[in-house]
Amino acid sequence: MKQEFPKGEINTIKGRSLVIKGDDIDTDRIIPARFLKCVSFSALGEQVFADDRKELKGNHPFDLKQHKGSNILVVNDNFGCGSSREHAPQALMRWGIRLIIGESFAEIFFGNCLALGIPCMTASKKEITKLQNLVNENSNQIWDFNLKELSISNQKESFKLEMEGGAYKMLCSGKWDATSQLLDAEKKIKTTVKNLPYLNNFK
Amino acid sequence: MSSGTLYDKVWNFHQVKELPGGSTQLFVGLHLIHEVTSPQAFSALNEKNLEVKFPNLTVATVDHIVPTINQQRPFSDPLAEEMLTTLEKNCKTHGIKFHGIGSNAQGVVHVMAPELGLTQPGMTVACGDSHTSTHGAFGAIAFGIGTSQVRDVLASQSLAMKKLKVRRIWVDGSLQKGVYAKDLILHIIRLLGVKGGVGFAYEFAGPAIEKLSMEGRMTICNMAIEGGARCGYINPDETTFEYLKGKKYSPKGQEWDNAIKWWESLVSDSEAKFDDEIQLDGSSIEPTVTWGITPGQGISIKEKIPNPEELPKNEQQIAKDACKYMNLEADQPIEGTSIDVCFIGSCTNGRLSDLQEASKIVKGRKVSAGIKAFVVPGSQKVAKEAKQKGIDKIFLTAGFEWREPGCSMCLAMNPDKLEGRQISASSSNRNFKGRQGSANGRTLLMSPAMVAAAAINGKVTDVRKLLRE
Ligand code: SF4
Repeated sequence: MKQEFPKGEINTIKGRSLVIKGDDIDTDRIIPARFLKCVSFSALGEQVFADDRKELKGNHPFDLKQHKGSNILVVNDNFGCGSSREHAPQALMRWGIRLIIGESFAEIFFGNCLALGIPCMTASKKEITKLQNLVNENSNQIWDFNLKELSISNQKESFKLEMEGGAYKMLCSGKWDATSQLLDAEKKIKTTVKNLPYLNNFK
Repeated sequence: MSSGTLYDKVWNFHQVKELPGGSTQLFVGLHLIHEVTSPQAFSALNEKNLEVKFPNLTVATVDHIVPTINQQRPFSDPLAEEMLTTLEKNCKTHGIKFHGIGSNAQGVVHVMAPELGLTQPGMTVACGDSHTSTHGAFGAIAFGIGTSQVRDVLASQSLAMKKLKVRRIWVDGSLQKGVYAKDLILHIIRLLGVKGGVGFAYEFAGPAIEKLSMEGRMTICNMAIEGGARCGYINPDETTFEYLKGKKYSPKGQEWDNAIKWWESLVSDSEAKFDDEIQLDGSSIEPTVTWGITPGQGISIKEKIPNPEELPKNEQQIAKDACKYMNLEADQPIEGTSIDVCFIGSCTNGRLSDLQEASKIVKGRKVSAGIKAFVVPGSQKVAKEAKQKGIDKIFLTAGFEWREPGCSMCLAMNPDKLEGRQISASSSNRNFKGRQGSANGRTLLMSPAMVAAAAINGKVTDVRKLLRE
């Protein structure tokens, strides 16, 4: 079943997880540059990690049958570094990812995910390794993520997660959707326009 | 915190409101779009059932994917053709002015917009392209944005942004003969590093900057982003006003007089406060060339390729990577490095004065045997004016190819690409691995005159040796 894209308040996310191991995975690996030549993001889901997947000939986590339909991705340090292209989070989202947990994220990637309603949560190296091992032991288990409680848990174990305050508030309140926020200010925009000399014949 | 700078003043004029999460809603006075980063933004708009709020404040052109040999439609690359038709359709649907091929105004977005007088002091300028910083040369706040911000600007003519700190870079003296704006900015990036400007807007000022033409100033601001600064700007002055006078979209008559008054009021105050200040001497800068895989890996033409072991710790790894990738040896002089391809063009150095300076080197000489050398004017206007001055003939006679305007081999999204391990002398702005279309192709960045010199000698050359009285 096709999942809907994130909407409104992001409180809980439930689903199966998969792991991508390695530090400094850059946006070029997430979506190679040649796929930038497209007029819509919709095909990007199939192209996520294209070069890595080709190299592993079907053995890449994003190709393995047991991970089909997973929506939680567990990564390591500085995930999403490199070029600022939004194609990277778009590709992950369109493959089905709704939540990413890792040791740390590149700043722009984090922001781009936030703008799509995809939380990037962090935890210590030790915790992440433990979580990755658990996920890999049994890819069928269902994980429950709770943003308010900053935690993810399966039947037995629970992990504490972290997120910077501004982003946390935006996700909880459903105000991560920048466009509607900006559109709210219609009156104020009018005032700004009125006061800009170059939009008023320099009067 | 900065105060009284042009950045502060322009920011205040465009501030709409504070947003939760600590950023500001900033109004965008001029929004430029092209075929690569706009289509997804338009589809997102459609998905959300939104319309373009201020269609008259967005202007479109096509540059990244256009072929430079045969621009006959449909393009031979169906993906490129699809991107262009999508842009045409979107502009038509939403009532946006589009300067397409054959319009006389098409060109690399950061070349054509200033030519039309669209870019003016005191504006905020946004475009889905990191080299939007170019427009700061006019005393505008100009910055690159991502695709979802393109959508936001289309929908609301504003975006969420955090205010940057301001660093003033003061350049004393004046550039020597044979040293150009490109050398100066490569030198600055070398000094401050490719991440040195993260979180900052750069104000370029001082005698050496004031002496630059508008085209030189655009070269400087264009590469602010390569030094990590999302925007770079120069206070407007007589040179700026002289350039703008009579341009298609410049104010006229009484409006022009009023405009000058407003523009002058935006100049950073003499007691303005900066978050950081740096001073350097422009007179001591030499022609500068990158040898590595980041624009910060530049050295003067007189220097040797650095030994990674002798660099500061945090630069060693990338320097080792660079030596290996570039297949260049440490402690060897950069001068004399053999070249395969010479590219003159891009939004950094594809303007008339760039081609003019390069043509002075080329005139009466021949491109070295076995070198592929080509010139891609930054816009149709540049191409036309160059032809009127006979510059195209000078290049053609010397053995250069003369192409149609576009981004071309700056990022090689069109058919102009390096092949295999080829090494290029390029007047563009990025020397990243694989940037010019071959996964293992190599790029040396330099001024257009230096590229011309490399083409003539078949190797990296100190352009001053080829200068004539
Ligand atoms: S010329 Fe190069 S840097 Fe400039 S807009 Fe085109 S691709 Fe980007």
